[in-house]
Amino acid sequence: MDAATGAGNAPAAPHRWRAAVRRFVRHPAGLTGLILTLVVIVAGLLAEVISPGDPFRTAGDPLLEPSGTHLFGTDNLGRDVFDAVIHGARTSMIVVLGVSAIASVIGLAIGIVAGYRGGWIDDLLMRITEIFQSVPRFFLVLLIVALFGAGLDNLIYVLAFTSWPTLARVSRAEVLSVRDRDYVEAARSIGATDRRIVLRHVLPNVLPTAMVVIALTGSRIILLEASLSFLGLGDPTVMSWGYLVSNAQQFLRTAWWMSVFPGAAIAISVLGINLMSDALNDVLAAYSKRQAKRRRWRLRMPRASTT
Amino acid sequence: MNRRYVVRRLLQVLPAVASILVVTFAVVQAAPGDPVVAVAGESGNDEYYAFMREKFGLDRPVIEQFWTYATNVLRGDLGVSFVQGQEVVDLILERVPATLLLMGTALVVSTVGGVVLGALAARRPFGPFDLGVSAGALIGYALPSFWLAQLAMLTIAFRTGWFPIQGMTDARADYTGLAHYLDIARHMVLPALVLAASEVALITRIARTGILAEMDSDYIKVAQAKGLSPTGALMHHALRNALLPVVTVVGTRIGFLFSGAVLVETVFGWPGLGRLVLSAAQTRDHPLLLGMVLLVAFSLVLSNLLTDLLYARVDPRIRYR
Repeated sequence: MDAATGAGNAPAAPHRWRAAVRRFVRHPAGLTGLILTLVVIVAGLLAEVISPGDPFRTAGDPLLEPSGTHLFGTDNLGRDVFDAVIHGARTSMIVVLGVSAIASVIGLAIGIVAGYRGGWIDDLLMRITEIFQSVPRFFLVLLIVALFGAGLDNLIYVLAFTSWPTLARVSRAEVLSVRDRDYVEAARSIGATDRRIVLRHVLPNVLPTAMVVIALTGSRIILLEASLSFLGLGDPTVMSWGYLVSNAQQFLRTAWWMSVFPGAAIAISVLGINLMSDALNDVLAAYSKRQAKRRRWRLRMPRASTT
Repeated sequence: MNRRYVVRRLLQVLPAVASILVVTFAVVQAAPGDPVVAVAGESGNDEYYAFMREKFGLDRPVIEQFWTYATNVLRGDLGVSFVQGQEVVDLILERVPATLLLMGTALVVSTVGGVVLGALAARRPFGPFDLGVSAGALIGYALPSFWLAQLAMLTIAFRTGWFPIQGMTDARADYTGLAHYLDIARHMVLPALVLAASEVALITRIARTGILAEMDSDYIKVAQAKGLSPTGALMHHALRNALLPVVTVVGTRIGFLFSGAVLVETVFGWPGLGRLVLSAAQTRDHPLLLGMVLLVAFSLVLSNLLTDLLYARVDPRIRYR
């Protein structure tokens, strides 16, 4: 079964994944992105080790310049900016992971069901997706957070609730492109259940493209969360980069470090994720180019006219 | 322009508007807390609560409430701000011009800048300039606009003192005529550039990809075979066709420009929607935030409609079968 499908179109075989990972790491953008993202993840995971204690506590005199004792200086209340930035990484990480997990499950489920089932289910699910996309995300999130409260859990639900439509549409399109391939037909004809077909033949083909979309969504979420806390709609009980930047506003002339370091942290994590998704896209494009070469006859088919 | 296309496209506005109304209504309905208690206070007087419920139609079936909501919104009645006590529509309309001025400037600056950069980058793909532009675009994407605004203050405004950093006009001077407009322009330089920055990144990428694709096509090869220089082919033939995708994304960009403008305005104290949204966010002023959602959503519907119609006018191939 697997030997038959692996030789044809499905990129599911493990050695393909390993080759893709190798190509990803050799890609300069991929490696840079991976390193930047890892720095943020490590800072978030080890926040309690790197900067133990409450980041909101007073650690020294107010508005001290960056120095050996306070790497990133202190803010107007004498809080250590370095500690705050490290704990902000943890908040960003929790939000991105939580939102991506929920939004990926919703988006993939809706996209795959819509694409695989087709018919009225497809129509219904896509109409719902369009309805969700009709409302501008940033302002909708502002409204929902104002209505439902700004706890970290609420924030994650709200962002997830508004982040899945792109993924749903992309994964539906991917499903449509593999649904009627020979190997799926073959699996069906030997009596494989829908569940098996989706999990073993459809999902592995959807995942690579889905990962690009999920990564891009992740970087948008970091920016959204930062913007929310910049406007004072973040969770006030946890440290966040957006809050730090907004707090720096009044002290720009006297304490540049209050703005520069937390802002750079946002930029680094967004840049890291974007670079990774770019590299992933390149690796996938190279892969599908080889696929296209293997089936060159496809390229000779006349193109459908646009009119 | 194909009439059938225009009619079909105009009809698509209806479901879009309906979607916006449904989503916003559902969100407000789902919110925790009893609106009557919120307005009337926790007196615990059930009779009074019932009276209020009837007065505001909250005892009616949900469908009827939705109908009331929809007709009110479409008539331009967005309710009264909790905090400011004024009509939401008036509060928003009062601030719209300043924001539109900023957004429009940023839209023009980023489109022109992005196309120029994209064309220069496409002249030698993967050459030093192209790589530099690509790297710049990646970084431009990653910078949060509100932080970029602060950086612009730190690096440009504070160092040189050329640009004012707060407001739209100089409060101490009382300029009239041309001097007044120059004053506004001087105040607008930094906010508009900051707002345009991340947009430039997007447009550069689109323009570059579009031009490269066009330069690869047969008619360009023919033009070059007949002796046209690569630059000439780009300027006279490729650029026109490559600009189409740039036009299509204008609709989507309006959404980003709105949120970007709100954030940049709060940093620069620009007297537009930004500070209104900031105070509404901090005081949890739902009616005002709902008004903002509706304003931006309807603007998007309108701008998408206009870009599609414009696109159909420019490209005769676009029509429904």
